[in-house]
Amino acid sequence: MTDSKDARLNQMNDELTGGNIDEATEQYLTFFMGGEEFGVNILSVQEIRGWEEITSIPNSPKQVLGVMNLRGTVSPIVDLRYCFGIQDLSYTEETVVIIVSVKTEANTKVIGIVVDAVSDVYNFSQSQIQPSPELSQTNQAQYVKGLGSTDEKMVILLELSEQLIADTDVILNRQLLAS
Amino acid sequence: MSVDLSQFHQVFFEESYEGLDTMESALLNIDLSELDSEAINEIFRAAHSIKGGSGTFGFSEIANFTHVVETLLDLIRSDQFVLEADHVDLFLKSVDCIRTMISALESGGQCDTSIADELKKSFNTLLDGEPVAIQTADDAQENQTEPKSVGSGWQIYFKPDTDILRTGNDPVRMFRELAELGEISVSAVLDDVPDLASLDPEACFMAWNITLLGDADESQINEVFEWVVDDSELSIKLIGEDDTENNDALATDELEGAEREGISTTSVESDDTQEVNIPESAKAQTAADEVLPQKEQAQKLVSNAPAKKENKPESVSIRVGTDKIDSLINMVGELVITQSMLNQLGKDFSIESMPKLLEGLEQLSLHTRELQESVMRIRMLPISFAFSRFPRLVHDMSKALDKKVELILLGEQTELDKTVMERIGDPLVHLVRNSLDHGLELPAKRLEAGKDETGKITLNAYHQGGNIVIQIIDDGAGLNEELILSKAVENGLVSPNEHLEPEQIHDLIFQPGFSTAAEVTDISGRGVGMDVVRRNIQELNGSVEVESKPGEGSVFTIRLPLTLAILDGQLIRVGQQVYIFPLVSIVESIESQDQMIHRVSGGCDILRLRNEYVPIVRLWDIFNVEAEYEKVDDGILVIVEGDNIKVAVLVDDLLAQQQVVIKSLQENYRAVPGVSGATILGDGTVSLILDISGLIKLAGVGRDAYKKISESDDTEAA
Repeated sequence: MTDSKDARLNQMNDELTGGNIDEATEQYLTFFMGGEEFGVNILSVQEIRGWEEITSIPNSPKQVLGVMNLRGTVSPIVDLRYCFGIQDLSYTEETVVIIVSVKTEANTKVIGIVVDAVSDVYNFSQSQIQPSPELSQTNQAQYVKGLGSTDEKMVILLELSEQLIADTDVILNRQLLAS
Repeated sequence: MSVDLSQFHQVFFEESYEGLDTMESALLNIDLSELDSEAINEIFRAAHSIKGGSGTFGFSEIANFTHVVETLLDLIRSDQFVLEADHVDLFLKSVDCIRTMISALESGGQCDTSIADELKKSFNTLLDGEPVAIQTADDAQENQTEPKSVGSGWQIYFKPDTDILRTGNDPVRMFRELAELGEISVSAVLDDVPDLASLDPEACFMAWNITLLGDADESQINEVFEWVVDDSELSIKLIGEDDTENNDALATDELEGAEREGISTTSVESDDTQEVNIPESAKAQTAADEVLPQKEQAQKLVSNAPAKKENKPESVSIRVGTDKIDSLINMVGELVITQSMLNQLGKDFSIESMPKLLEGLEQLSLHTRELQESVMRIRMLPISFAFSRFPRLVHDMSKALDKKVELILLGEQTELDKTVMERIGDPLVHLVRNSLDHGLELPAKRLEAGKDETGKITLNAYHQGGNIVIQIIDDGAGLNEELILSKAVENGLVSPNEHLEPEQIHDLIFQPGFSTAAEVTDISGRGVGMDVVRRNIQELNGSVEVESKPGEGSVFTIRLPLTLAILDGQLIRVGQQVYIFPLVSIVESIESQDQMIHRVSGGCDILRLRNEYVPIVRLWDIFNVEAEYEKVDDGILVIVEGDNIKVAVLVDDLLAQQQVVIKSLQENYRAVPGVSGATILGDGTVSLILDISGLIKLAGVGRDAYKKISESDDTEAA
C-alpha cells in the first residue's frame, strides 16, 4: 500500500518539476560589471538599492567604500568592480548596491556590493553549472563558484565570502609593515 | 495531546540558576549556633522546585541528585538532623554540582554525574540510620535494577486533596499513565462523598485503591503522582506485602458498583467510569512502549555525544519590574496623543497654527527623550547581580588561604546596564581575588601589625555624574612599592635609575606581564592579571585606578559609563566627514596661536597648554581624509584625554552636541583602529564615533614618546 502511495507522490513531483526530480535548480540574480554578467544566489540577496553617498571609513582598503545605514544597522559597502580589477569605476544612474548576506564562521554579515547594473534572474540546474576553470590563483578567483550557461549566454556565478572585507586585513598589515 | 516541553527549558534553566543563587546565599548566611528555620525552608523550597522542574523536563540526573539533597534538608527542617559546618560545605558543593549539571544541559551536552554520585554517597552516609530516606535515595539511583519490583505488582492507595481538580490535576489522567505501566484495576473509595445536596461539584471527595500488575518499579509510579504527592495521601505497597488491605480493596471494589449510579451526576465520576476500563486494551501496548524509550535513549546518547560544547550561552532575558513597564506604557500613551495632535495640525495647516506646531514638536521631542530614558532603564539592573557571587567566592577562598575575611557590600541597589554588568563580572572577580590573595595578610601577621585578626574587603558602588564607580577596598598591607619597583626593573619596564612617584609605581601593576606573587598560586599570580583587568574595563570605556597606603590597605576604583548604548557626543567636521568625540573625553577646545606650537624633531608638534605639553594629532593625517584646514593655525584643536594621555586633535569645525545611539561596526564589518563604533545622525547618514586611546595609538603617541617629548621640552623651556 505504501509502495503505491510513494509511486503516486513521485509521479506528482515529476509532473511538477518536469521530470528533473534529482536536479535541484537554483535561482541566481545576475548583474553587470565591466560588460560581463555575474550572478549570486538569490537567497543571499536582501535588497537592491540605488547608489547614494556613504560614509567613508578611515584607512580602509580601496574596495571598502564605507558604511551605509541599512534601516538602523551599519553595513559596509564594497566595490565589487574594484575587487575584480575592473578599470571603470564610474557611478551612473544604473549603478546599484546589492545587499547580500555573507556567511562567516561565527555568523552572517550583511554587506553591500556595488555593481554597474542589475540584469535578470535565471534558473540554473546543477547540470547547467560547470566548475570554474582553474585559470589562476588570483584574488578574484576565490569568489567564482562556477559558470552557468543558458542557451544564449554564460554567467559567472559567484560565492561571496568574508574575504570581501577580511582581505583588507592583509593589505592593511602590509601597509603597516611597510611604514 | 503532547506538549513540546523543550520550549520551556530555557525558563527552567533560568529559574534553576536563580534557585541555586538563593540556596547559595542562604547557605552562606546560616548561623550554625542559631539556626533560622526560615533560611532552611528557603533552601528547601529552592531545592524542591529545582527537583520538580528537572523531573518534569526529564532531567532525571538532576532530579535524582536534588532529591537526596532535599531529603537531608527535610530532616534538618523537621529537627531530626543537626546541621554542622561540614554539612554546609557539602550543600555548597552540591549547589555547584547542580549548577554544572544544568549548564551542561543548557549548552546541549550531557551532564557528568561522577561528582554528583560522589556527593550522593556522602549524603547517604549522613542519612544512615534513616531507613526511609535511604530507601528513596537508593531506588532513585538504582531504579533500573530494583529486584523486588519485578514480576508482581503494586497496591496503591491514593486520596487526593479536595482541591485537586481546581489545581488542574486530573486523577483520570494519572490512572491513564499508570495503565501504561501495566494492567491496572481501579476502585473508588466513596466514604467521604457527601450527599448530592451538599456536594461541591468542583471538589473531589473520592479516594482510590489501585492495583497495578506488571513489572513497573516504584519510581515510575512516584513519577505519575509527582505533582500531587505533596497534597495527598499516597501509599504504594508491593502486592503480597499486606494481604488484608488487598482484600479490603476488593471489597470496596464490589461496593463501588452499587454506589456509582447515585453519584454519577458529577462530571468527575462519569469520566471515571469510562476510564477504569482502559487497562485491558492498554496492556498490549505496554510491551511495545517499554522497548521504545530505550531506543530513544540510545539515539539521544549518540546525538548528544558530538554536540558537547564548552561555551556557556549568555543569559538572553531580563526580568523587569512592572513599575518600569507601567511608566513605559504611560510614555507611549503620551506619545500617541502628541502624534494625533500633530496629525490634526498637519491636515489643514495654516501659517497661524505655526506656534502650535512648534509646541507640538517640542512635546514630541520631550516625550521621545523620556521614552528613551525609560527604555534605557529597562536594561538597568542593580549591581547586586554582579556582587552576589562574592560572598561564596570569599568564603571559599578565605578557607583555602587560611585567612579570616569579612566581606562588606555597599550600594547594592546601584543600577547598571546589563551589558556592562555581564562584562564587569570577571574583572571584579579578579580584583577581589587579588585583594584577598595579595592584599590581606594572614591572621597572625595582622595581629602583629596591631590590626583586627579578621580582614575586611568592602565592595562599594555608587553613581557619580554619568558614571558608575565601583570600589574594592581592603584593609590589608597595601601595595609593596619596593617589590613592585624591583620587579619592574627586573622585567625591564622601568630603568633602574628612574625616579617614580608612588602613583606611577602603583600603576605599574597594570602593565602586561607583571606579577609580584613570589610563587604562582592557584588563585592569582600568573602575571596575566591586572593588565587584562584594565583592558577589559577600557573596552567598556571605563578606567581603573589604584590607591594604596603601606600598612593600611589599598583601594581599586573602577569608573564605568552607565550604559554602552547611548553616549553624549560632540560632532566635529573634517573636510566632508563628520565624526563624533565622546563628550566625556573632551577636556577643552581651543583656537591655537602660533606661539603655542612647538616643533619637535621627528615631526611631532607639541602644543603648550598653560604648563602642560600636549602632542598634536592631525585627524586628516591619521585618517587619510581631505581636510579644509591642514595647518594647525587655521583649524580648531580639541584637547581630549584617553589612557591618561592628553592629545590635541586638529579638526576643521565643531558642530552640534547631541546624544547618539551607538551601533556596532564589527557586526557587519570589523574593528577599525581609532573608531569605537558608528551612529546614525538625524539625516540618516552614518557617522563614526572616535576612540581616543585608539587615536593615540594610531598617531603613534605612545606613553614613552609622550614622556620623552615632555621631558625634552621641559629642558628646552628651562
